[in-house]
Amino acid sequence: MRFAISREEVFETIQMVTEQNLDIRTITMGINIQDCRGENGQHTGGKIYEKITRQAEKLVRVGAEIERDYGIPIINKRISVTPVAMVADGLDADDLLQIAGYLDKAAAEVGVNFLGGFAALVHKGYTRGDLALVQALPEALARTERVCAAVNVATTRAGINMDAVYDLGRIVKKTAALTADRDGLGCAKLVVFCNSVEDNPFMAGAYHGPGEPECTVNIGISGPGVVAGVVKANPGVDLGELANLIKNTAFKITRTGELVGRVASERLGVPFGIVDLSLAPTPAVGDSVADILEAMGLERVGAPGTTAALALLNDAVKKGGAMASSSVGGLTGAFIPVSEDAGLARAAAEGALTLEKLEAMTCVCSVGLDMIAVPGDTSAETISGIIADEAAIGMINRKTTAVRIIPAPGKKEGDRVEFGGLLGHAPVMAVNRYSPAAFIARKGRIPAPIHSLNN
Amino acid sequence: MQQGNRVIITVLGHDRVGIIAAIAEILSSHNINILDISQTILQGFFTMVMVVDIGNSTVGPGELRDVLTAKGQEMELAVTVQHEDIFRFMHRI
Repeated sequence: MRFAISREEVFETIQMVTEQNLDIRTITMGINIQDCRGENGQHTGGKIYEKITRQAEKLVRVGAEIERDYGIPIINKRISVTPVAMVADGLDADDLLQIAGYLDKAAAEVGVNFLGGFAALVHKGYTRGDLALVQALPEALARTERVCAAVNVATTRAGINMDAVYDLGRIVKKTAALTADRDGLGCAKLVVFCNSVEDNPFMAGAYHGPGEPECTVNIGISGPGVVAGVVKANPGVDLGELANLIKNTAFKITRTGELVGRVASERLGVPFGIVDLSLAPTPAVGDSVADILEAMGLERVGAPGTTAALALLNDAVKKGGAMASSSVGGLTGAFIPVSEDAGLARAAAEGALTLEKLEAMTCVCSVGLDMIAVPGDTSAETISGIIADEAAIGMINRKTTAVRIIPAPGKKEGDRVEFGGLLGHAPVMAVNRYSPAAFIARKGRIPAPIHSLNN
Repeated sequence: MQQGNRVIITVLGHDRVGIIAAIAEILSSHNINILDISQTILQGFFTMVMVVDIGNSTVGPGELRDVLTAKGQEMELAVTVQHEDIFRFMHRI
């Protein structure tokens, strides 16, 4: 067979990898642990540990092999498990803490830096297991290094569980307090969702949903640098043409994920789940979603027009991705995690980007208020209010939204928090100083919107 | 020929004597067959794309990358080694 790829195409691909940070952001193995229930926390944890270390034994090695064979960097290998609250239902918070310890140990044993699924789905209300898990969250996040947690508090079909929203404001505060020595790092591992998805490979919000098979491999692919490169190379084109160019680029990026997913699935002997094409920034220079938006023509991200630019970007990414793979899933879109994106962090520090503008942006992109540091004295009710607002956006717009917020202990507006590594650093952002306390204290449930009745 | 055994090597740098010879020598010493070479020189700048078959190679693509990029560094050339499938997936459906 002739090699029918042109020189230009060869060099385009090489440039994407060598100069524009095209990478596979994560190979995430989803593992069902519903069969691991034991008599108590220790027994259950032990069974979970055994299953994870058996299933994921080869994960890191195979990931490294694929990286080497194909010459595409694979940044993270990770694991997601069934929401632990489902497995541990009937156990108490101390048992859940023990299980978190076993998860952490299992992650270390197989060599993954994060393991997601210390999670509960409580959008319609708590089970006993859910409640125990939520109570265990602050200690679990403070004591473990690699365990990531998620709580789904709302869906379009169920409405918003305001009891849980009330509780989570307090949980976030307590988590921050217990990890005060690390700028509240525990909160960076806790995502509060509306309409969470079952096959998301990206941390911290990944879990292996109850509708998923026994074991699966999901691929998270990224490439803000590649998209930024295309936008920068075409300064004169109108926005319709720009959307088309981004779409073509997203297609190419996703195809790489599709290839790696197929190979990983074959080598691990585990079914291929989905490719999640998310423009997931990292603190590295040139790996920024803010860069793309600024290359579109905004002086700084956060300027009027930012939401429109992001909407165009997010939609074009999805359209290109959908054409490239038979199984696009997960979150798929653009992420805007402030601390993890050098451009967003800069805009926030300069005052160009505010919390309110970020909230507006979450209406049109994937996920929500992500990796945002706020003053340490922000009240639990205010955090609950922020969560409720995001959940409302997700619920009404039938999309996933989330809040990962860090009330950094002892820090004030304008200070800087440092989480290190992929979590980056961020300025402490101003929060509206008026209180929603009485509204949040009402608790109860915000009913599902009329368009939830679509049968 | 079995599909998926081909690797694309690119070389970029200032032109000098012996670039192709140096690369080819490494390839032949590992029993790697060259299928196609396309090479141009633009204003003294050397660019080459080479398609090789590693079906009978004594080394895998990872090791080949290590050897060739080391040689590239020695000769002040940027060398990349990529599996063919990456290009096929990205540019063709």
